[in-house]
Amino acid sequence: MSLERPDTADDGAVERTPDELEALLGDLVVDRDDHLNAPGFVIRPDTVQETLSILKEQAGYDHLSLVTAQEYENRYESIYHLKKFDDPTQEVSIVVPADKDTPVSESAEPVFRTADWHEREAYDLMGVEYDDHPDLRRILLPETWQGHPLSMDYDQERPQIASLPEHANPLQEHHKDAESDTMFLNIGPHHPATHGVLHLKTVLDGEQVVDVEPDIGYLHRCEEQMAQNGTYRHQIMPYPDRWDYISAGLLNEFAYARAAEDLADIEVPEYAQVIRTMGAEMSRIAAHMLALATFALDINGDFTATFMYAINDRERVQNLLEDLTGQRLMFNYFRLGGVVWDLPEPREEFFSKTRDFLDQLPESIEEYHNLITSNEIFQMRTIDTGVLPPEVAKNYGATGPVARGSGVDYDLRRDDPYGYYDELDWDVVTEDGCDNFSRLLVRMREVEESAKIIEQCVDLLEDWPEDERNIQANVPRTLRPDDDTEIYRAVEGAKGELGIYIRSDGTDKPARFKIRSPCFSNLQTLPEMANGEYIPDVVAALGSLDIVLGEVDR
Amino acid sequence: MSSDQPFITDESQVVTETRDARMTGQGDRFNSRLREAFGSSPFILTKFDKFLNWCRGSSMFMLQFGIACCSIEMMHTYAVKHDLDRFGSGVPRASPRQADVMIVPGTIVSKFAPRMKRVYDQMPEPKFVVGMGSCTISGGPFQEGYNVIKGAEEVIPIDIHVPGCPPRPEALVYGVVKLQERVANGEASPVTVKPYELEEFSDLERDELVDKLADQIDEDELVMRYNFADSP
Repeated sequence: MSLERPDTADDGAVERTPDELEALLGDLVVDRDDHLNAPGFVIRPDTVQETLSILKEQAGYDHLSLVTAQEYENRYESIYHLKKFDDPTQEVSIVVPADKDTPVSESAEPVFRTADWHEREAYDLMGVEYDDHPDLRRILLPETWQGHPLSMDYDQERPQIASLPEHANPLQEHHKDAESDTMFLNIGPHHPATHGVLHLKTVLDGEQVVDVEPDIGYLHRCEEQMAQNGTYRHQIMPYPDRWDYISAGLLNEFAYARAAEDLADIEVPEYAQVIRTMGAEMSRIAAHMLALATFALDINGDFTATFMYAINDRERVQNLLEDLTGQRLMFNYFRLGGVVWDLPEPREEFFSKTRDFLDQLPESIEEYHNLITSNEIFQMRTIDTGVLPPEVAKNYGATGPVARGSGVDYDLRRDDPYGYYDELDWDVVTEDGCDNFSRLLVRMREVEESAKIIEQCVDLLEDWPEDERNIQANVPRTLRPDDDTEIYRAVEGAKGELGIYIRSDGTDKPARFKIRSPCFSNLQTLPEMANGEYIPDVVAALGSLDIVLGEVDR
Repeated sequence: MSSDQPFITDESQVVTETRDARMTGQGDRFNSRLREAFGSSPFILTKFDKFLNWCRGSSMFMLQFGIACCSIEMMHTYAVKHDLDRFGSGVPRASPRQADVMIVPGTIVSKFAPRMKRVYDQMPEPKFVVGMGSCTISGGPFQEGYNVIKGAEEVIPIDIHVPGCPPRPEALVYGVVKLQERVANGEASPVTVKPYELEEFSDLERDELVDKLADQIDEDELVMRYNFADSP
């Protein structure tokens, strides 16, 4: 390390210019490789930990949002996308090239805990190996998979074998540890409490959890490959709907729309942005309603009534979304540069339907509070269980209601505005309880905030002059962003920060399309919340994380 | 109350219309249209199999089985508004041992296919499968994926395919009712050997891949081998 490095106080709020950052990193920087969203510094593969800890401790970059691995003709590359929880518009990318024949670089896991899974994924799909990684093995594909599917020389036609080692009776001898008297238990992948096809490998000591390890990849359906095979203009947009499929489709489409529009420099008409914002918030209400419904079901089967109530409210939102987009679940409503069609005619009917929904919403929420949050059994099960301290949440890159339930005041809709959010009047919800109850409360209060946003959007749309209703900007039929342009953009999805990294290569298809899934990072915190607790609390913690396996596995 | 006095209900106080009807056998409260169709005779004459199939089709227990996007629409089909239970087939069972029908709601990928086959094997006979959504037909929008099984039919026999991405709840209801019709008529898709079967590792044909994995997988471990080159 060089001594000339300016030794500044640990102040995360100070914004530094790219040149100041380069000076701070000194000799570590080998080259510059700026991205559209952030300055990029190329470093040597054996200085990852040193660089990241300087940026984390001295420059305040405390959020490792995403690790992207990709392969070029002559090298592999890992990109660490860093942000600040205090101000996510301050971004920096650390680019780590690795050798083509033996791609090895240093792991970032000792600096950012969240890098653990991200690097395992990079190893699994791309084949980059990380030195000093605590547990480098496949995460999405079966252990016995041959080859790394997103690398260039992968042959998709080759036969593969997947094994099923977990079918043995858990009471058999080899499942017990002779010395400590613990028991190994599989939860899932087919289990009512895992919200899809998640597999939890748990080690129990009596009724208490010694260790829980989420095993994912049961719904890894190659979303990144699908996006890389599609053209920017039309073929990619249907896929985001299927990442977070709990009716949060429009929020996901927003993520792709934002990234691709910034990449291709498309200006979206204001009117379209208002419609997008309104639709996205309807999606958020639907998504949070299901989170509420299944969480109540997880805590106690007797809350089936709550499930039905919440599904009923979801049906109402879905009816509105169906009127708007023509679909119940997979909307495919956004287009680059706008939306596919205007509000349904007659407009007055749509507005009055929406207002009716908003009018009855406070009553429904009151009902949920009566049914669950003020229920003593529910409180006993959720208050002070599944505790996630804010520092741990940040270290794991947790975002969305999970982070906000731990008091981390981080919401991209406000901190890194997009759409029409910065013109509207609403609040970011946080709770300081750090437990399962707080996370639920955040979601319920967010529903109210979403309703506020929708109401303001409806007011705006109602008064919008008829000849200024422009739903679509002029976008060329074929989009070919400039060669080797890179961008990472995120939006606030239903579960947290949903980001997309795109690298273009001058053709009409992305050369690399990487999805930053909020659930992937959030799920990583499960062992922190569950170890040492009782086994029903694992289920409660998992329910309060509100994961969607489609988004975890992609 | 003293013990030597018998307890007598004051009939005049409690008689209700329903109770009257029950005691006297009058009123049409217990008359169904089925009963009317039988006429005066309380006996029916039918084939045992036919009767049993009719019973089977009229009361089906579903397996609570969520995979992907379609499971959201499946939940809506079970819940209020669409309420699959109206048709006698809406109570999801968490255990495959108690289920008759498995709705496969989503994309099957390489890691999950052996598990799904296992769950299917655990269901008692007779068992039926409804494939929900395009992914269970062909892999749907993810067909080109390196990890995606090109349809659930590669792994387990499917009775009814419901197309859509995802199918609306109404479509799923229609599919399930069609299945009930088929079951009542005694039809089921044949159980045949599928391209991808769950087998012990030692039973696999020895080839390059098997040799390579020999030190990673035990001889008696269950495995599934995918031949992606031959997939439709």
